[in-house]
Amino acid sequence: MSRHTLSVLVENKPGVLARVSALFSRRGFNIDSLAVGPTEHDDISRMTIVVNVEELPLEQVTKQLNKLVNVLKIVELDTTQSVQRELMLIKVRADADSRSHVLELVNLFRARCVDVAPDAVTIEVTGTADKLEAFVRVLEPFGIKELVQSGMVAIGRGARSITDRSLRALDRTA
Amino acid sequence: MTEQMTGAQALVRALEHVGVDTVFGIPGGAILPAYDPLYDSTKVRHVLVRHEQGAGHAAEGYAQATGKVGVCMATSGPGATNLVTPIADAYMDSVPIVAITGQVASAAIGTDAFQEADISGITMPITKHNFLVTNAADIPRTIVEAFHIASTGRPGPVLVDISKDALQAMTTFTWPVTMQLPGYRPVTRPHSKQIREAARLIAESRRPVLYAGGGVHKARASAQLLELAELTGIPVITTLMARGSFPDSHPQHLGMPGMHGTVAAVGSLQRSDLIIALGARFDDRVTGRLDTFAPHAKIVHADIDPAEISKNRHADVPIVGDCREVLTDLIAAVKADGRKGDYADWWQALNALKGTYALGYEEFEDGTLAPQYVMERLSAIVGPDAFYVAGVGQHQMWAAQFIGYERPGTFINSGGLGTMGFAVPAAMGVKMGSPETTVWAIDGDGCFQMTNQELATCALEGVPIKVAVINNGNLGMVRQWQTLFYEERYSNTNLQSTRRIPDFVKLAEAYGCVGLRCERPEDVDAVIRKAMEINDAPVVVDFVVHEDAMVWPMVAAGTSNDEIKYARDMAPKWEHED
Repeated sequence: MSRHTLSVLVENKPGVLARVSALFSRRGFNIDSLAVGPTEHDDISRMTIVVNVEELPLEQVTKQLNKLVNVLKIVELDTTQSVQRELMLIKVRADADSRSHVLELVNLFRARCVDVAPDAVTIEVTGTADKLEAFVRVLEPFGIKELVQSGMVAIGRGARSITDRSLRALDRTA
Repeated sequence: MTEQMTGAQALVRALEHVGVDTVFGIPGGAILPAYDPLYDSTKVRHVLVRHEQGAGHAAEGYAQATGKVGVCMATSGPGATNLVTPIADAYMDSVPIVAITGQVASAAIGTDAFQEADISGITMPITKHNFLVTNAADIPRTIVEAFHIASTGRPGPVLVDISKDALQAMTTFTWPVTMQLPGYRPVTRPHSKQIREAARLIAESRRPVLYAGGGVHKARASAQLLELAELTGIPVITTLMARGSFPDSHPQHLGMPGMHGTVAAVGSLQRSDLIIALGARFDDRVTGRLDTFAPHAKIVHADIDPAEISKNRHADVPIVGDCREVLTDLIAAVKADGRKGDYADWWQALNALKGTYALGYEEFEDGTLAPQYVMERLSAIVGPDAFYVAGVGQHQMWAAQFIGYERPGTFINSGGLGTMGFAVPAAMGVKMGSPETTVWAIDGDGCFQMTNQELATCALEGVPIKVAVINNGNLGMVRQWQTLFYEERYSNTNLQSTRRIPDFVKLAEAYGCVGLRCERPEDVDAVIRKAMEINDAPVVVDFVVHEDAMVWPMVAAGTSNDEIKYARDMAPKWEHED
């Protein structure tokens, strides 16, 4: 099995997320992570889906996704040719004694402290999955009270945009 | 054109504009506003069925007989959920239908209102696409989009769920409307490089087979298939969904592949070095155990749905396109290539299989009827110009095997989903789509008891279908599996229909149909002829047949095609061809 990152441009309409996620479950594919949000165009939403599949099932899932009427375009983003980010918020036990140690790690990982309480701090960190994993590992000895993480979002490197042509298609039918 | 009207009037007007002449359905609370303007329509005939499942199958039959989109209509909640089975059936067999359902008022959606069901959510995995419309202004465009999606590319069912307030609201109707489907772009033109590669493989292969599926007739490509087959001399097999797409009487036809296919057709796939799949999807019922399927064959796979290509079996030459365009281009490419394949040894082997293992069956010494004999006589007396509509089970397989199909689209049945109860309502839809053609529903006694209420619709609406009930008193196919795989332990398969509970003749008469019965081989011809003479009422013939008749040949589920048996414990000998 290997991880693949799919960028899926969809029409911004009710029920599209349900169609996509239902397709994955019905066809027996597991989603590692899914993030969805608006794009620079009001009519288009963008999903970033990370799947853990072999090459052949990936081809099948891509073809099935393409059959959804609301799906405009699917691009697989190569790790080396794209920027990939996840966001994590972590609540760590930190009292007067340990707080400075924790803040040192926050600086090392270029994270940010977003909330402080007498016995805990909440930290915001972004990065690749590997970086977030490493950060969690160094914080574990202090005691992680709570953790929440977003799905991955990713964008291709360079000047080219994957939305250009889909926008033209939308304009034609408008 | 611009006019003020209600959403319901806009719906009916849009249906008229897209060419709908027949709608099958049942009214109810949420869809009621639509039924009022429908009452006035002179272009759309609404057929009041007795159960929404019947409406859906009738729409499927109508679509397959006419090539147009079939339409069914139901109210919210249970009306809509009763459509789920025919929608799933149409999805599996790629039948273009549009289902229009009423939904509770938009303000009540999500409140568990009376007769509320999330039918767009429920049908998401079994429709090609669906819509929930809550704004009257969106109704005409949505109808156009629904018909476009249902009928283009790989055909399929589309559901349009319309909230009651959208039907009641005033709106400005404008026509024509512009579709907004930026993400829907079916590919129909095949890639020329792949076509040339397919032509090269055809010339170089020694044991090729043309594996024709339902897509051949859906693309109206039977003439092209015949031309390619005769041009190249390659044998043809026709799947359950393709029966008739290549004439059964043609010397190059090997029969149907699959679990109950002919030894020649199944054997040809297993020994082939090149399979040219046309609008077929390598279904498990055709391939048997996949890892032993056609081990020596290269695969040319042409289908309009890219997702079917390499789904079950890797395609060496993938061709995305409409079957007629693919075949037209392939014929040109084969001619341009100029070489003719040498298939003499191949034909010698195949003809041996065809001759030795022709379809046959066992007659019963006690004078009771063999169901296969009924099929043979129907075929001989009714002929290849009629439509034959089957449900699912033994009767369906015998209808596929023992009726001679010469014309595309004349065998209509529930293939992918295997829906019991398909035949009677579907035959009604077929007959309404093609009133001048004789339509025989071939049904089992189990299937018949699931949807025979539509006989009332047929009698009242003047739809004189003929129904051959192959009555063995059992859920016959299930019983056959119990015989073969469950030590003859007949758990819950005996319907006791042969005890005349119900009495199908009386039941037919109660529904305003003519009821006939036949129990002996010597009476079969006479009863068929009598049924053929009656054209002013539906006819039901209760053919009481022997319960031990089985469908052969058979590739048991989960086993290899190489394990085919042409009768119980009788495996064919393959040595002829080597």
